[in-house]
Amino acid sequence: MSAATGVIKDLEERGHGAFVENVDDDRMVINMGPVHPATHGVLRLLLELDGETVISCEPIIGYLHTGMEKECEDQNWRSAVTIVTRMDYLAPFFNEQAYSLAVESLLGVEVPPRGKYIRTLMAELNRLSSHFVWFGTQALDMGAMSGMFYGFREREVVLDFFEMVTGLRMNHNYIIPGGVWEDLPAEWEPVCRRIAEIVPNRIDEYEELLSRNPIYLERTRGVGVLSSSDAGALGATGPMARAAGVDWDLRRDVAYDAYGDLDFDVPLRTDGDVYARYEVRMAEMRESIRLIRQLIDGMPSGDYKNMDTKLTPPPRSELNRSMEAVIHHFKLVTQGYTVPAGEVYRAVESPRGELGVYAVSDGGTSPYRLRVRDPSFVNLQCLPVMTLGGLVADLIAAIASIDPVMGGVDR
Amino acid sequence: MGGVSDAIGANFVTARLDKLVNWARKSSLWPVTFGLACCAIEMISTTMPRYDLARFGMEAFRASPRQADLMIVSGRVSQKMAPVLRQIYDQMTEPKWVISMGACASSGGVFNNYALVQGVDQIVPVDIYVPGCPPRPEMLIDGIMLLHETISKGDYDASRVAG
Repeated sequence: MSAATGVIKDLEERGHGAFVENVDDDRMVINMGPVHPATHGVLRLLLELDGETVISCEPIIGYLHTGMEKECEDQNWRSAVTIVTRMDYLAPFFNEQAYSLAVESLLGVEVPPRGKYIRTLMAELNRLSSHFVWFGTQALDMGAMSGMFYGFREREVVLDFFEMVTGLRMNHNYIIPGGVWEDLPAEWEPVCRRIAEIVPNRIDEYEELLSRNPIYLERTRGVGVLSSSDAGALGATGPMARAAGVDWDLRRDVAYDAYGDLDFDVPLRTDGDVYARYEVRMAEMRESIRLIRQLIDGMPSGDYKNMDTKLTPPPRSELNRSMEAVIHHFKLVTQGYTVPAGEVYRAVESPRGELGVYAVSDGGTSPYRLRVRDPSFVNLQCLPVMTLGGLVADLIAAIASIDPVMGGVDR
Repeated sequence: MGGVSDAIGANFVTARLDKLVNWARKSSLWPVTFGLACCAIEMISTTMPRYDLARFGMEAFRASPRQADLMIVSGRVSQKMAPVLRQIYDQMTEPKWVISMGACASSGGVFNNYALVQGVDQIVPVDIYVPGCPPRPEMLIDGIMLLHETISKGDYDASRVAG
């Protein structure tokens, strides 16, 4: 750090309030956040500025620390899904999916094809809804207020489908180890097809609004540049890395669930600036639509979760007839299933990048340790590299292009 | 509101001052932007086209607490965030109200551990609790309308005396 370190330390000791401190005539230290409309939640940045130029930028996190990893150790393997879904709250299905994949690997159980397809369908729809929020917030940060209204308008359409399937708009607790909790409702297909029908037109509208907008281009081209080597060194993943030319997508390269059966492209750009990230995410939304269409057409019939009674409670109708079923039900509800001792790391491609879950079991009914590699957390550490030497306005553009979710960063 | 007096024409409206002040206050609440977690996304959804909080005269969220009189605590409050929250509350102008949105803000929700404040009412006085994890936008609107009712019934000078 620079000469301002002493000042920052001093200010830290004095408390959390907003402050502006002149270090000397030209330079000053500014505290941005944790309550600031452009920091996407409770991110706090300590900035050292020379006029409008950013000399140093230090993200300070932890304002949303919830102790979720520790909390999971008090839950059994099934009910920990309730906790993990609340981590990255814009991508709840991805949290559940990564966790369930990890637990399934430890258990060594198979998910039936329909379960895999439903999971993948929900995940891709979730990618859409998450990118809609990104589109809205980054447009708002660049001064395009109407972008926010458009993004949230489409998000409601997708959330209606989530609510129809899971009963909740967010924090669904739907994907579980072994499959999904409930089958799709009878009338899912027309609703889903309708989403696949209207969303491409709406993305066209977005493109009309921003893609060739001179103000937007001025604010984003050549701004917040992250080179591919920096992206690699700092562990950036997802659209951040793909905009910098790192051709890596877990859906294609480490195919999980139904992605192996599907045909899709991975959008790639090489500029590494805010605009390249915009292009990558826009293209990803179109790819998601492509995937959703394939998933609707190819949706297999059959079980939607692993029906092994050691893992899944037996159907309610059986409870009146079979003593075995009652015993299984009682065991699962009161204690949960045991998972063989071992450790595993499984990752999925969330809207923000590699979302990994490292789970350790000691053979008991609850996780011994659960560690989550959240993409927002890792991507956020690229911020100083992207912003040093730039203007404060560019910093806002850079934060918006990372699309951090503090719930995921702090957990 | 009072009645229109025929004797002096239709240009006068009579009302009790406290009713008038309360009516003005409830019709134009200015929330502070205080998004914390999942609930913040639902709070934003509430202001967006489908639910359109502008119908209640409160679409203008202010980034500065000094321009706001309503704090919607939307999400889990960590021990690290608690002093910040209190400071924001202290900076808001009187009279001011607090809505505790969601299970985490109201009681800690599903998280009972070292990291979270078990209910924001331990830090600031709360007027309305909105249940849910996260509450639907309709539920938040319901909470806001309850707050409107509370404000219109309230003694308009009470908060100043208490403060």
